Amino acid sequence: MSGSIRLRGSIQRRLIVQLLTGAALLATLMFLVVQSYARDLAGQSQDEILAASVTAILDSAAVRNGDLTVDIPYFAFSMLGNISEDRVFYTITRNGEFLTGYPDLPKPMAATDTAPRFRTDSYDGESIRMVTATRRMSINGQPDFIEVTVAQTRYGLRQQLAGISRTVAGFGLGFFVIAALFGILAAQSAIQPLRQLAGSVSRRGLSDLRPVSAPVPAEMEVLVGALNGFMSRLKASLARSEDLIAEAAHRVRTPLTTVRTQAEITLRRVDKPQNRQAVREMIRAIDESSRAAGQLLDHAMVSFRSDHLEVEDVEICRLTRDAVSRVVPMADLRDIELDVTIPEAAICVKGDAILLQSALLNLLDNAIKYSPPDSRVYVTVRVVETGVEITVQDNGEGFPKADMGRLTRRFVRGSNTETVVGSGLGLTIVNEVARAHGGQLLLTNSSEKGGACASLYFPLA
Amino acid sequence: MRKFVLSLGLSLLCWQWAALPLQAFEIEDHISVGPADARQVLRVISNGDAEFFEPTIRDFLSSRPDVRVDYTVASSSELMVAMGREGHNVDLAISSATDLQTKLVNDGLSRKYVSSVTAQLPEWARWRDNLFAFTQEPAAIVLSRSALAGLPIPKSRQELIGLMREHPDRFEGKVGTYDLQTSGLGYLFATQDARTSETYWRLSEVMGSFGVKLYCCSSQMIDDVSSGELALAYNVLGSYARAKGNPDEVIVMLPQDYTIIMMRTAFIPKTSEAPELAGLFIDHLIARGWEAAPGAVSVSEEDAWTGEAQALRRIRMGPGLLVYLDRLKKAAFLSEWSSAILQ
Repeated sequence: MSGSIRLRGSIQRRLIVQLLTGAALLATLMFLVVQSYARDLAGQSQDEILAASVTAILDSAAVRNGDLTVDIPYFAFSMLGNISEDRVFYTITRNGEFLTGYPDLPKPMAATDTAPRFRTDSYDGESIRMVTATRRMSINGQPDFIEVTVAQTRYGLRQQLAGISRTVAGFGLGFFVIAALFGILAAQSAIQPLRQLAGSVSRRGLSDLRPVSAPVPAEMEVLVGALNGFMSRLKASLARSEDLIAEAAHRVRTPLTTVRTQAEITLRRVDKPQNRQAVREMIRAIDESSRAAGQLLDHAMVSFRSDHLEVEDVEICRLTRDAVSRVVPMADLRDIELDVTIPEAAICVKGDAILLQSALLNLLDNAIKYSPPDSRVYVTVRVVETGVEITVQDNGEGFPKADMGRLTRRFVRGSNTETVVGSGLGLTIVNEVARAHGGQLLLTNSSEKGGACASLYFPLA
Repeated sequence: MRKFVLSLGLSLLCWQWAALPLQAFEIEDHISVGPADARQVLRVISNGDAEFFEPTIRDFLSSRPDVRVDYTVASSSELMVAMGREGHNVDLAISSATDLQTKLVNDGLSRKYVSSVTAQLPEWARWRDNLFAFTQEPAAIVLSRSALAGLPIPKSRQELIGLMREHPDRFEGKVGTYDLQTSGLGYLFATQDARTSETYWRLSEVMGSFGVKLYCCSSQMIDDVSSGELALAYNVLGSYARAKGNPDEVIVMLPQDYTIIMMRTAFIPKTSEAPELAGLFIDHLIARGWEAAPGAVSVSEEDAWTGEAQALRRIRMGPGLLVYLDRLKKAAFLSEWSSAILQ
């Protein structure tokens, strides 16, 4: 059935994709935010320690014997070594003149005030962080500016950041995985009521058109409302169809019976042979119409019931005996003997008893109709492997080979049946019933000369 | 001034001036170990005596028949010159001057090396994965047994100062220490001393008052203590003193107030043409190199001297060592030292 349903997208997939995308975005955002925060923090702590180093050196500057001395304290540099294994560079200038350190270190920014100045630059092929501070001294009444720059490579910072990045990436990934799991579960549970509804509806029997009564989530109210409305309309429509079929059968058959009765009365009244012949042909035509109407109604009924098959256990042997007993009067009229072979045991198939009987009656009817008078019709029921086979065989002309493939189509009759009244619907009905029950209709000839043999196969219950 | 007396087996030594490019630093010694036509050559510059290093080199070469090691000896400050100013082509630099080595690495003249061996070094024995320590050698006080005959053996600097003040006659003119002007190692020991305790300055003044003799190298001080020419040598490489000094004549004392531990270190210069081989030699030094410095202790023995001295001060590799190498700082320190010791 799903083959005929056009699909576009999947709510569950869309939900999962949206939830996963959201989780991925959030995880990435978290990673970026934490990383940038960590970068700021790590950079800040490097700046602070560099500033402390610069301050310590500046504090060591003193005027001794009227001259300036700068006595770099050991800890000014050793503390830089405490946090990382970064390379350290420094420069001390006095009034802009190089005093000691690394003379080719990049020049610091010009001082605006006494606050330490921070700068990122590169030296000897490596990225460095520089901190510079200035101190104003007074020597012999002259102002004297000492400027100290301490720089450090940023290898430790990078390493620290890489470590933090790895950790945060791990957290982000974990976060994403958890969010993804929840997302998939949520999407599945969101779809669950829909599946349940679909399951309960598809499990229902043919005539079960009751409204859905199980509680459903609010979002499905519209769908279930529409479904219930549709089912109630369908119920009404089905009821109307059944009424119409019964009405049609009644309306067509009743006047035809009246017409036939009148025609037979008329036949008794007329004496002229050619008039009698005309009336006989009239009666024959009426019979044909009546039979066609009956078959048409039968077919309509079979089609309807097949489409909405209601299965129950049907005992095939009894059903066959019933059907045979119903055609006995017709067989007697033509001096046809019915040779019936039915096992005593009960054989059950799942199916619609009315349909099965209709199929069987059609086969028997055909066999009797097409058999020459004073012949035999064989009816056999036997169990084959996983099914039951009902065979009806006559001694008539058999099925014309050329027509064998199309005899089950509507209104198709064998090329050798001109003389017999028929609608071309009998085998169509049988075939439809067989297919509706997962069975099969097999048409063969018992010999070269003829002898039509129709086998109905149904799987066992 | 670098009259490094090499009382070594001269058969090992072959001065190969011709084999080396024009040198602008002072070479004290040079040996070549391995085949002359070797496929690979490892050029080592070191301030460690060739005599002591040769067995280690031979050991290294025993499994490498196609390698030759050119081992050049220069003082630590000449090594600095060679590495820093010359851009000299050297594959491995070995020195006991941890501070100078640290500065060379800090100034970006070295390259990184990581191996399974270096990864196992304790934190304090490597810096930036560039500089690797392979020995631990204490700065010791070496005393002459005969000169101190009948006197109690001091256990700390304070006791030593007391002893010297009580018995000036025994020490007059018989006290020796490094000349900080010329010895990089002496300067390193002195600065670490000064950084650790004020006692150092008192001791320097006392030594100065006895007409201290200044030396370039530990071995000479040990020789002079052995011969009785000195009663006391201060800040002598304890490893050498133990290895060279006759225990009947020489007392090697690790002061209990604190003992500076020096580490011999190696790094691969950036310009090295055989960095892989140099790396293997570093691994070899870490495993066996301490044997090259007589009396030294392997870096894997963290608690080598516990029991002998309570306060060990391992010279910590890192930017702190740059401080005393600062031009102004060094000048100030030397002037202070001169005024204390030369009087």
